[in-house]
Amino acid sequence: MIRDGFILAGILFALGTAGVLVRRNIIFMLMSIEVMLNAAGLAFIVAGARWSQPDGQILFLFILSMAAAEVSVGLALVLRFYHQYKLLDADAANKMRG
Amino acid sequence: MQVVFYISGAIAILATILMLTRLNAVHALLYLVVSLLAIAVVFYVLGAALAAALEVIIYAGAIMVLFIFVVMLLNLGETAANEERRLLNASMWVGPSILSAVLIAEFVYILSEESHANIPAPVGPKQVAAALYAPYLIGVELASMLLLAGIVGAYHLGFRKVRKGDS
Amino acid sequence: MLTLVWLVPAIPFGSALILATFGPRLPRKVIAVLGTGAIAASCAISLLIASEFLRNPPSGNAFTQVLWRWIDVAGFRPNVAFYLDALSLIMIVVVTFVAFLIHLYSTEFMAEDDGYSRFFAYMNLFVASMVTLVLADNLLLLYLGWEGVGLCSYLLIGFWYRDPVNGLAARKAFIVTRIGDTALSIGLFLLFTNLGTLRIQDLLQRASMQWPQNSSLPIAAAALLLGGAVGKSAQLPLQTWLPDAMAGPTPTSALIHAATMVTAGVYLIARTHTLFELARPVQFIVAIIGAATLLLAGFSALAQRDIKRVLAYSTMSQIGYMFLALGVGAWTAAIFHFMTHAFFKALLFLAAGIVINALHHEHDMFRMGGLRRELPLAFWTFLIGGSALAGLPLITAGAYSKDLILWDEWSSPLGAPGLWAAGVAGVFLTSLYTFRLIFLVFFGRQGTEVTSRPGFAMQLPVWILAVLSIAAGFPGRSITRFLVTALPGTTETTHGFLSETRSGIIAGLMFAAGLLLAVFLYLRPPIRQPSTSALQRLWQADWGFDWIYDRAFVRPVVWISNLNKNDIVDSFYDGIAATTELAYRALSRIQTGRMRWYAAGIAAGSALFIAIAIFL
Repeated sequence: MIRDGFILAGILFALGTAGVLVRRNIIFMLMSIEVMLNAAGLAFIVAGARWSQPDGQILFLFILSMAAAEVSVGLALVLRFYHQYKLLDADAANKMRG
Repeated sequence: MQVVFYISGAIAILATILMLTRLNAVHALLYLVVSLLAIAVVFYVLGAALAAALEVIIYAGAIMVLFIFVVMLLNLGETAANEERRLLNASMWVGPSILSAVLIAEFVYILSEESHANIPAPVGPKQVAAALYAPYLIGVELASMLLLAGIVGAYHLGFRKVRKGDS
Repeated sequence: MLTLVWLVPAIPFGSALILATFGPRLPRKVIAVLGTGAIAASCAISLLIASEFLRNPPSGNAFTQVLWRWIDVAGFRPNVAFYLDALSLIMIVVVTFVAFLIHLYSTEFMAEDDGYSRFFAYMNLFVASMVTLVLADNLLLLYLGWEGVGLCSYLLIGFWYRDPVNGLAARKAFIVTRIGDTALSIGLFLLFTNLGTLRIQDLLQRASMQWPQNSSLPIAAAALLLGGAVGKSAQLPLQTWLPDAMAGPTPTSALIHAATMVTAGVYLIARTHTLFELARPVQFIVAIIGAATLLLAGFSALAQRDIKRVLAYSTMSQIGYMFLALGVGAWTAAIFHFMTHAFFKALLFLAAGIVINALHHEHDMFRMGGLRRELPLAFWTFLIGGSALAGLPLITAGAYSKDLILWDEWSSPLGAPGLWAAGVAGVFLTSLYTFRLIFLVFFGRQGTEVTSRPGFAMQLPVWILAVLSIAAGFPGRSITRFLVTALPGTTETTHGFLSETRSGIIAGLMFAAGLLLAVFLYLRPPIRQPSTSALQRLWQADWGFDWIYDRAFVRPVVWISNLNKNDIVDSFYDGIAATTELAYRALSRIQTGRMRWYAAGIAAGSALFIAIAIFL
């Protein structure tokens, strides 16, 4: 079960990566990032359970608080982005020429 | 108990896949919530009850709700859905799928020699709290500072006082 | 007094440096005084040294002054040292005196030129190099002077650098003499590796002790030295540069290409005479080269239109006489002829310069004419110089020296009647082309207007040289006796039907025959148009040597260089630059500005690193 827990975390992480790369909508990209964070947290919990230590859960706690902070700032940025570009297309913020 | 683990795992994966392929943002978010709840079950099965509770309360209950609020605030509507339909075609999935497949394969390969441990012993909240207040004290403080920074940043970024020539 | 010998090259060298550095800022008078004065000082010191040498000859009839040790590497220890004996003494006296007169002449001749200080700087540097060459104690210092005169010759031929023709002529001169210089340097290597020294006197002694007569080593060494001499002295087969070198200013032609640099080869062979005596076949070749050149150049001079080119071929021919003398072992006769030749050839060039200047830079003889009334000075000095060149018996110096050579051709144990005959035929040709020149330029109807007359600075040198062209022949015997202290004497055996006086009479008859033929061809029915027969064209083109060299050497080399026109080695570096640019373009496509692209990059990179971590 421990091993399968890790595999589950790995699968979720890979799915989250795919999501970040595929979706152009910023909201979806942020969601995929949340998925990835969650998968990382799962990995930590599984590791803690393997050794029956509380450290896994503590790190999961930290990940949680970090995700919260990141979501708040990220969504504020998304609102700014929408306000300027009137679109949620991540590729719109591209000022490079050539 | 093992069966529950596998079932919840399957639900989590399925929900995530569904989330990735939705056109409507709110639908996708709801699928994400389902995925997170399934992960919470997995946590409980692994003996981390506190983590399961926190997952449900904070992650699914606060962070995802925040997401939903913002999405509804943006009021994307039908044009957004059309836009998504246009942008999301099968050929876009090729590269990322390959990349993800490679990653999964690597993970499986690494983990393939792990031994099977059976149902692990549960680690209670008391242990977690004792660890938090002793070795991880600094981490707690730093996390709180991070949250403070997040709040301040979100406030400033969200504050839309219109200034002359502001972007 | 003899220890002042180092000043003779040092003063002109110092003056050249000053003129090169500060020249453009100095007023003309100062440049003239500095340039000419330096040579005058050298000349004065040479004369003082000469008088001292003659009154109190040093022991062994030679004086060495060592200045400093030049190189000290692995047993190779040449010094900067000067060697004064009869040969080098005569040479420095003649060189500095003629150079002084020519510098005086140039103060007026080059007066309107922009590069006044540059001219005098180069000329002074030339005199310094030539004197170094002559005074050198070892072959390395001689080679330094050799290169120096080659450099100055290049600089002065291409003096009016704005005209590309002059640049081409300068390059041609430099490249052709370079072939000779390379032979000379290989000869130096050979000599050093086999004899262990380059000091001339030691070298000659060791060679005569260690090398058997006519063995391969002295033959090789002598042949290589001959190669160098042939290049510098414009003899066959490296003679093609001298006629084109007339593109330089007339004083340059007078100094370098008549009196001094072209005689450097003669000096070299005379100096290293022991080597040539050890290699008789090579010495014979020297004589053959001399004979061939004097005849070839004589014919070519008959067909030239440019007055300076006639004199150039004439120089080639007269140096052929010197080589002829060296080839039969008549060392002193060769040097005596060098001396008289320096005087009358410089005179001829300077007088030609007066004519050219007066006619506002007209060089074509067929457009001149009737100048004997307009430019009497030029006429009389030309007549005197031309007679000396052709060998008017008894009163001109040239006759004395040439007669001596002709007699030695017959009488020396190495001589051959064929060589004597060649020399005598040469007298006929010389007389013919000389008087052709004089009649075309000074007689007949006047072709071009005279626009200016020469001033004092141009008149005085030609007068002095004219006097010398007559007088320098009289002390001939004393000069050869003096030279015997440095060079081996010439044994004169009487055989056959000739004696010295008879040889002289025959030469005089040849002179008269040439004069008469010239009168018939060019004076009586005044020929105003140059003949265009095939023979004349062949002679005008110097027997086609230029054509042959162009086809045989120049074109293949140019073709090969064209193969590498895009420079294969360079294209390697260009390739590096091109590859870098390609890589840059490829990499810049990664910078798309799209966020998902960057995320993909991160994901791919991490997948790659994990793979490396797993499998390596």
